[in-house]
Amino acid sequence: MSQRIVVLGATSKIAQEIARLAAADRKELLLVGRRPERLAAVAGDLAARGAATVDCVSTDLADIASHPALVDEILAKMPNFDTVLLAYGTLGEQARAEDSAEYALSELTTNFTSAVSLLTRLSPALMHRRTGCIAVITSVAGDRARRSNYIYGTAKGALALFTQGLRAKLLSAGVRVLTIKLGPVATPMTANLPGSRKFANPEAVARTIYREIEHGASDILYAPRYWRWVMMAIRHIPERIGKKLKF
Amino acid sequence: MLNFKSGGAPGAQRPLQQPITSYRSWGRQSLAAHRNVYKPSWADELGRFDDADAPVLAFGLGRSYGDSCLNDGGYLIDITAMDHVMSFDAGSGRIRCAAGVSLATILQLVVPRGWFLPVTPGTKFVTIAGAIANDVHGKNHHCEGTIGCHVTQFELLRSNGTRLVCSPEQNPEWYAATIGGLGLTGIIVWVEIQLKKILSSKIAVDTITFRSLNEFLDITKESEQAGFDYTVAWIDCFSGRDARGIFYCGNHADTGEVVAKGAAGRGFKVPFAFPEFVLNRVTVKAFNTLYYTLKAGKRRTRNVDYDPFFYPLDTVPEWNLIYGRRGLMQYQCLVPEAASEAFQEILRKISDSGEGSFLGVIKKFGNIRSPGMMSFPRPGLTLALDFPFRGDHTLRLFDHLDHIVMNVHGALYAAKDARMSRSMFEASYPNLERFRAFVDPHLSSGFWRRVQAEVRR
Repeated sequence: MSQRIVVLGATSKIAQEIARLAAADRKELLLVGRRPERLAAVAGDLAARGAATVDCVSTDLADIASHPALVDEILAKMPNFDTVLLAYGTLGEQARAEDSAEYALSELTTNFTSAVSLLTRLSPALMHRRTGCIAVITSVAGDRARRSNYIYGTAKGALALFTQGLRAKLLSAGVRVLTIKLGPVATPMTANLPGSRKFANPEAVARTIYREIEHGASDILYAPRYWRWVMMAIRHIPERIGKKLKF
Repeated sequence: MLNFKSGGAPGAQRPLQQPITSYRSWGRQSLAAHRNVYKPSWADELGRFDDADAPVLAFGLGRSYGDSCLNDGGYLIDITAMDHVMSFDAGSGRIRCAAGVSLATILQLVVPRGWFLPVTPGTKFVTIAGAIANDVHGKNHHCEGTIGCHVTQFELLRSNGTRLVCSPEQNPEWYAATIGGLGLTGIIVWVEIQLKKILSSKIAVDTITFRSLNEFLDITKESEQAGFDYTVAWIDCFSGRDARGIFYCGNHADTGEVVAKGAAGRGFKVPFAFPEFVLNRVTVKAFNTLYYTLKAGKRRTRNVDYDPFFYPLDTVPEWNLIYGRRGLMQYQCLVPEAASEAFQEILRKISDSGEGSFLGVIKKFGNIRSPGMMSFPRPGLTLALDFPFRGDHTLRLFDHLDHIVMNVHGALYAAKDARMSRSMFEASYPNLERFRAFVDPHLSSGFWRRVQAEVRR
């Protein structure tokens, strides 16, 4: 059970829906995101929906150089946080990432390296208190690289691996690390993808995630859950066939 | 900023891709193809749109029955992702929400703290901005008027980028034009309403059967005198010479607890559009007779949750699919009470036609005036009846009904309409000429173009 939650990437649709469930349960929330006016809108929404307290820190999470100061600010505003929800990321443009190494690296920074930096800096506080949960949103795209979005997939796959290692490390400290692998969800991030009308409903996905954070004991959560089986099949496609697939 | 140029360079938010630009309204009669549909999540994504190369329209949860929420050939701004509650004061019952917040969300939030919507339509799956744009009414019209009577303020974005905060004191003309203004005066960005205090989330309901229109009118009068806040009746149009039906009147219970009810889509889900033979004279008649017989009998009083009382159909997601592939049309008209003869004639015409369905609703409006210039409710009797759409047959029947309504200076409800003529529209909305001055040059809808057209069909 969480009580004080730090939400990294609080203006993302999934993060907002999870935070709304937490607000209804009267939790304390610290929202971290880039655009102050949008953070303020989310904070107002969560306060109206019942959150015990809501505070905001506005920063560019991809800016690794600012992380030490950011972590200090988080610790100052919510010293006793017991849960971290990492929910930010960008889908990026695959074609552009293939043309520009700089762009590919910046996508990796946003979706992977910056997360390593933040989680590495935030986890000692939980370790020290020997309690809490770190929930990290990655993607089914990280289970197997695909022709159409492998830069995103690489970052999310690496992030999943990192959380796996972190889980092993924090096990003895009693801190839980939950790796959340999202299937396609109908959010502003995916609105331009073909077929997005058939994507999972973000509220339902948020309920699955929130319930798992609050009451579950899993290490890896696929959301929606059936993606576990879809990805099991996809992972088992032999590479000599997999490399020819265009999707 | 959103980009309203076809083939222009992508803006900060790219348009949604193909199939998604086609939207239907609740009546499902047609699929409107739009140049593009945008779905902003934040107020800062909305800006001026006077460079749009085709008309723009805001779209909410699509519960309008006809084309008033569609914009064939133009742009839609789907506002449902603008779903932030901005503030709620549980002491005073004031709530301010972004345009796309649904009434369902508001109820979920405010009922546990002892508040309720001052006025609610028959579905909670409408956005607050859509409710204002159609100036929706409910079972308590005779006590509380329309939703517009409870709007304390809202913000309106004009195509030239001007943002107007409108209230009875501030920009009162824009306030009046936008309430019931069918989304044509500007984009509603946020809305603030005054909620109503409740002591219990239960409704104490009386059920009374009636066997004629006069009996209905008598019961209505009695129930109003007895102080019932909510009154409505279900009517069986197939019962022969006179209308029989069941009258419901209720009040918020004064003891008990306040609990939010009714998460979306719990009940049976209609899996696909039913074949048209499912609804015919025989099956509907059988249903109506069965329903009446089950409910008929002595007067009963019981306490029910607010959800089944106000929103019986919300438990069946997409119930409109039972009307088949061609969809449904609703006829909601208003007839002055003095003209109850005309009302009888309407019922007779419908009964003779063999059309019509089980969802006939009749209600007597009160005389509380809405601030909205284009508001539909006014003193008199309103009838709302769903018809499976059967092409010309349905349209001819509606034309006959229009004739009766127009002769007694009645009106049709734009939110339900998919076919009324220009003359019928002009006859229904006496403030139309005054309203025109407030219509934004870059906003339009399928409905608005239709009722401006010189010749119909």
